[in-house]
Amino acid sequence: MKRLVLAVVVLLAFLSPALAQEQPQEPPQADRSATGGAQTLEDIMKRQRGEAVDYDFRRNATGDPNSAAGMTNQLGTLGGVSDPELWRALRFGSADITVSSGGKEATVLMQDGGMRWLEIRNGPLKTYGAYLLAGTLAFLLLFYLLRGRIRIDGEKTGQTITRFKMIERFGHWLLAGSFILLAVTGLIVLFGRIAIIPLLGKDAYAPIALASKWVHNNVSWAFMLGLLMIFVMWVVHNIPNKTDLKWIAVGGGLLKKGVHPPAKKFNFGQKMIFWGVIVLGASISASGISLLFPFDFPMFAKTFEILNNLGLPQLVGLGTLPTELAPHEEMQYAQLWHTIVAFLMIAMILAHIYIGSVGMEGAYDAMGSGEVELQWAREHHGLWVKEVEEAQQKSEAPTKNAVPAE
Amino acid sequence: MRAMLAAFAAIVVISIGASQVLDRAGFSSAEQGSSSSVRLGE
Repeated sequence: MKRLVLAVVVLLAFLSPALAQEQPQEPPQADRSATGGAQTLEDIMKRQRGEAVDYDFRRNATGDPNSAAGMTNQLGTLGGVSDPELWRALRFGSADITVSSGGKEATVLMQDGGMRWLEIRNGPLKTYGAYLLAGTLAFLLLFYLLRGRIRIDGEKTGQTITRFKMIERFGHWLLAGSFILLAVTGLIVLFGRIAIIPLLGKDAYAPIALASKWVHNNVSWAFMLGLLMIFVMWVVHNIPNKTDLKWIAVGGGLLKKGVHPPAKKFNFGQKMIFWGVIVLGASISASGISLLFPFDFPMFAKTFEILNNLGLPQLVGLGTLPTELAPHEEMQYAQLWHTIVAFLMIAMILAHIYIGSVGMEGAYDAMGSGEVELQWAREHHGLWVKEVEEAQQKSEAPTKNAVPAE
Repeated sequence: MRAMLAAFAAIVVISIGASQVLDRAGFSSAEQGSSSSVRLGE
């Protein structure tokens, strides 16, 4: 019994600091009596040092119409709100504003989130995005130098097998062609100011930027249609199964000559590309639509709320994400997300283009003519070839045995 | 190759179509950023 009591006491001793920490601690209120409640030198210095300043003392100091002086008294005409208080309300977005045109977004006169967005867009977004693309290209070049072109190992048969039907190839190229246009124009818009203007000048860049915007906005619909087409046509063939484990075990045979793991219509590498394109493509389409129809389809406040409830941002140390966003902030988050997803997709598709063209002998035919060398198909999609041959035999069998009609 | 060219042609048709349809349906930036009190093109 004694031991039990001792154990409880020790446990409580450990818990008590934790419990004490969980008590919400009120931040100490700064003394601003010297400035009459306005910001102090310490506030200014803190901001200059880049530290977070709690602006509630300004945000909430927007006057009180209920305690306004009478109309005939001094300052009565201001309705209990002095000019600085009115400006403060405008600054923090709480002023009651009426506009004759534009929606809710037109009532936001100052939106300081815009600076944060601009700094991220012009800083880390461009920098890391460029690193990612350059790194991917360097990796592919290195892979080519080390591994060379992946050849057809066995003897070519001279026979071909239909890998993709016309409609499948059409869907693929609708998606691929529009993606390349979107990627190129997107990169032009993002990097134009630092990469094209210094080379060609502003006068030459202006029509390029304008054309890029038109292409980017309108080609997007072809991309979404292509995405839908390939999803409907190929989703059944891209559901992961046990065969994929064998593919993963030997790294898809990509690294070693003569290694050919069994695969059905799509191997695990292609499945990764498929799901990557579908998931990222759906996400980029959603943020794209949000950007195409500005302020009409805000997504991020709701998304952040769901993420907060799941506890994911807190888990990775981002704290609670804001759930009340100005219409402009919605657009800014949409732009950042759209670009992040775009960079990931471009990197992935660069690898896909490589392996489908110079990287592997015989791969391009699948999407070119649709007819691939039988030996290529046996090496890379052995189980699929068997399926096709069996299906052919089955469909031919009844006709062979059929009794001719009299 | 035929499928590729057909798809590229489709991209052109869809893009021009989308631009025309959206413009005529009142989704141009100019119309979206204005109201009945703004006289566009006058």
